Amino acid sequence: MKITNHIREKTITISLDGELDASSSVLLDEELSKPEIMLFSRILIDCENLNYISSAGLGVFISHLQRFEDAQIKLIFFNMQEKVRNVFEILGLDLLMTIVSTYDEAMTVANE
Amino acid sequence: MNNWITISCNKNNLKLVRDFVTDFLSPYALPDVLLNQITLAVDEITANVIIHSNKEDDSKFLKLTITPNGDCFLFEIADKGISFDRSEYKEPNVEKFIKEGKKGGVGFALVNRIMDKVEFTSRGSNNICRLYKRVK
Repeated sequence: MKITNHIREKTITISLDGELDASSSVLLDEELSKPEIMLFSRILIDCENLNYISSAGLGVFISHLQRFEDAQIKLIFFNMQEKVRNVFEILGLDLLMTIVSTYDEAMTVANE
Repeated sequence: MNNWITISCNKNNLKLVRDFVTDFLSPYALPDVLLNQITLAVDEITANVIIHSNKEDDSKFLKLTITPNGDCFLFEIADKGISFDRSEYKEPNVEKFIKEGKKGGVGFALVNRIMDKVEFTSRGSNNICRLYKRVK
């Protein structure tokens, strides 16, 4: 799992490259636990190169979502592969989290 | 190609298991989403066996065997760790998990929703989890 950050003003875009499983999800959890993440108003997760997600990866997002919402930080997923989106859908997480198709859509939602 | 793989109980070996499942099923040309679901279900059980049943002790081993039977596949995960007590399992309330910031507890729900049948048996120190999936 490779995690790359791109920062532009109050928006951080986190690009995930690889597979998020019980082993690699620790890295993402560390990234989202950094105190400086709370300085942003939008966290965009670029899933274009995220090829796999297990419950451990979902669990990282589940465990941080409320904290972000309480701080009025928007968490938005975009560029998600169909097979990865399907895993969110199996648990109904697509209805509880914001998942859009493209970066432009993510920015539109972020600015609402 | 062998229809089984043995790995030590280390989380880093989960990728080996996923690759084995994907390679074994590749001749069947399953749709991408279905192949990913099956791989995910096997990965979830394997991760549970490694983490909870065997406490990530990589001197311990588990064996995954895949048996095709017509349009159905049987996945058997065998180990000698602490057996899984299904009676203690409760379907997760994901909205509640979000509110509580809970990190774990949705893996078995994925397995239940993906597979057609899930069985656990234990005899002495031998545990077997059997996952059944019809693909047509």
